[in-house]
Amino acid sequence: MARVTRRKFLRVSSAGALAAKSGGIAGILATGQAPAHAQTATVHWLKWVDFVPASDQLLKRDMVPEAEKALGIKINLETINANDLQPRITAAIQSGSGADLIMAFNNWPYLYADSIVEMTEQAESVSANEGGLYKYARSLCSDGTRFMSMPWAVIGGMIAYRKSWFDEIGVTTFPETWETYREVGKKLKAKGRPIGQTLGHTFGDAPGFTYPYLWSWGGKEVEADGKTVAINSKETLQSVKFMTAFWKEAHDEGGLAWDDTNNNRAFLSQTISATLNGASIYIESQRNPDKYVTEKGTQMKTDIQHAPLPKGPAGQFGFHLLQSHMLMKYSKNQEAAKKLVAWLQTTSNYEKWFLSQKGFATPCTANWEKHKLWDEDPVMAPYKVAARLGQAPGFAGPPNAKAAEAWTKYIITDMYAKAVQGMPAEEAVKWTEDELKKVYV
Amino acid sequence: MAVQAIETTFGEAPPPRRQRLLEDERWLAFMLLVPTMVLLGMFIAYPFARGILLSVTNSRVGVPGQFVGLANYYKIWNDTIFRTAVYNTFLYTAVTTVFKLGLGLWLAMLLNRDFRGKAFTRAFILLPFIIPTVLSTFAWKWMFDPTFSVLNWVLYHLGLITGRINWLGDPDLAMISIIVVNIWRGVPFFAISLLAGLQTISPELNEAAAIDGAKPWQRFWHVTWPLLLPVTMVVVLFSVIQTFADFQIVYVMTGGGPANATHLFATYAYQIGVGTGLLSEGAAISLAMFPILFLVVIIQLLYIRRVEVR
Repeated sequence: MARVTRRKFLRVSSAGALAAKSGGIAGILATGQAPAHAQTATVHWLKWVDFVPASDQLLKRDMVPEAEKALGIKINLETINANDLQPRITAAIQSGSGADLIMAFNNWPYLYADSIVEMTEQAESVSANEGGLYKYARSLCSDGTRFMSMPWAVIGGMIAYRKSWFDEIGVTTFPETWETYREVGKKLKAKGRPIGQTLGHTFGDAPGFTYPYLWSWGGKEVEADGKTVAINSKETLQSVKFMTAFWKEAHDEGGLAWDDTNNNRAFLSQTISATLNGASIYIESQRNPDKYVTEKGTQMKTDIQHAPLPKGPAGQFGFHLLQSHMLMKYSKNQEAAKKLVAWLQTTSNYEKWFLSQKGFATPCTANWEKHKLWDEDPVMAPYKVAARLGQAPGFAGPPNAKAAEAWTKYIITDMYAKAVQGMPAEEAVKWTEDELKKVYV
Repeated sequence: MAVQAIETTFGEAPPPRRQRLLEDERWLAFMLLVPTMVLLGMFIAYPFARGILLSVTNSRVGVPGQFVGLANYYKIWNDTIFRTAVYNTFLYTAVTTVFKLGLGLWLAMLLNRDFRGKAFTRAFILLPFIIPTVLSTFAWKWMFDPTFSVLNWVLYHLGLITGRINWLGDPDLAMISIIVVNIWRGVPFFAISLLAGLQTISPELNEAAAIDGAKPWQRFWHVTWPLLLPVTMVVVLFSVIQTFADFQIVYVMTGGGPANATHLFATYAYQIGVGTGLLSEGAAISLAMFPILFLVVIIQLLYIRRVEVR
């Protein structure tokens, strides 16, 4: 067998077709650059496992291959449980390696502001093309000087309720105030059909209820200066006292230990009559119409309605889960990742994903309110304006890193949880004030 | 001739230096220890030192921070949730260790007897210890589920309760629930380790005591228990260390809730360090358990030495 020397090998390889362009391995070595085929950027995109499985299927099966073809890049889409996103972000930032593009919730971008790349150009471009970004999305993704992340969608939180059960107690329209809702809840609980609400350490449903509830009574974490803690007010105290009674009279008391999925299971198995949620309960009942049936044997999907949280003395509020994408500073594929973000948020591409969500996610720009999807199913109509009406945590101050710290420590939720567990309302509010003062130092 | 040739060879070419070094027991011992030292250095000493450095800065995720001395320790000392976590950790460790030891010893004594299907039973007993903790804890979480608890269902159908028991929503019951799961998971470790200890005790000693008229309890207390004590102490030591730093059971079952009522050192450190991004404070919380564990280990090792000398 002929011996192949290094010289011979280099000579032969430089005669090949590839070598004709690049000068063979010798040429590669001379330029010190990898050949073009090895340079294809791979963007690692990390996002949550969607509550609407069809959307993740669409991304993996159709949209990612399309984007790869259109942009000439490789995309590694990874979906993980929402609760695992923060550990992954922390590990990635600390080690300086990990996914290039990572999904963030609400004001997380403020927590990681020093480790992410500015996305102002991309965000303003989408804003200009689609009738303007909502103030809610701007406040959570931009600190006023730059966009720290690219707004993606808002998962609206509305109360899903059983129409027929409300009808049975003579309530034909959803209660508009907390007082009315409490009276209705009392009657429902007496019939073994309580309201279900988590007051646990969850990222979605618990703060999605407790923050707007607090605001609707006139309570607030801090003053507009974002520094002076203002929680210990008569309005907050009133809200805590009301909640304590409301909980006992109308709620499923197991809610203290619920995560973001318990209320879905409880509702679909007919143990609760109403719960604050994204539209996932309704969408699941549509996906499996014969699996989820009412006690009368009818499909449950025909008996579900949605309504916003009731009004309090200071008004009606909502705090919805805003999702955005952070481009990480350590990423070596920043340009490719920016291209991917731009491609995904091009109206025609984004629409495919939006349609697969069936209203579970509300886009962050105004034009989408006019989309025909919202006319197709009146049950989903309340979600249309979620992104427009949302208010960010940290109110009356900005939703900055301090507000994110208070939110991720579950301080506001724990105030109500402590009170319903038996701590006097005054003590619960004082505890909250002390905890918030440690945050807003 | 042959002898001469060998002598010549020995005289002319002494063994290479490396080989001579390995003949030296001190060097050989050192070389054999190197891999372990490297591993311990990389995965124990370095993270530990890094943790100490982090805890004296105001570092956040992605922000190196500056030296702040003991400010983080001062902050957590005044933190009511941290105090709850300290209390919980002690309670959790103490209660579970007592139960694991009692039940484990009882099980070991039973398994030490001859009966049909002994091998199968011994293997079966290990199941809770073999199954990944996260997986088994999820199963327990469903059993304690506020709405669909199978325990509640059984108790209700037995006529023992009329309403639902809020296992994970009530602070005290939630604590009891995580303690139960820890005991369930830890008993096999105690049982198998103590069984191994029991099997090293010569049956003749017990037989001799029986001939002398010792009752079963006397035989256990004066013969079996003293001989089993060194093994028991080591098992308890391991268990205390693991339970004190437990994370998975609480994280999966309650996430530290309701309203922080079940936080342990590890889960609270995780919430602050990873959830909120305050790495330095999280490191301080996590390191606060070190002096306590260190003290426990020293006391137990001294006790083991005393027992062995005796």
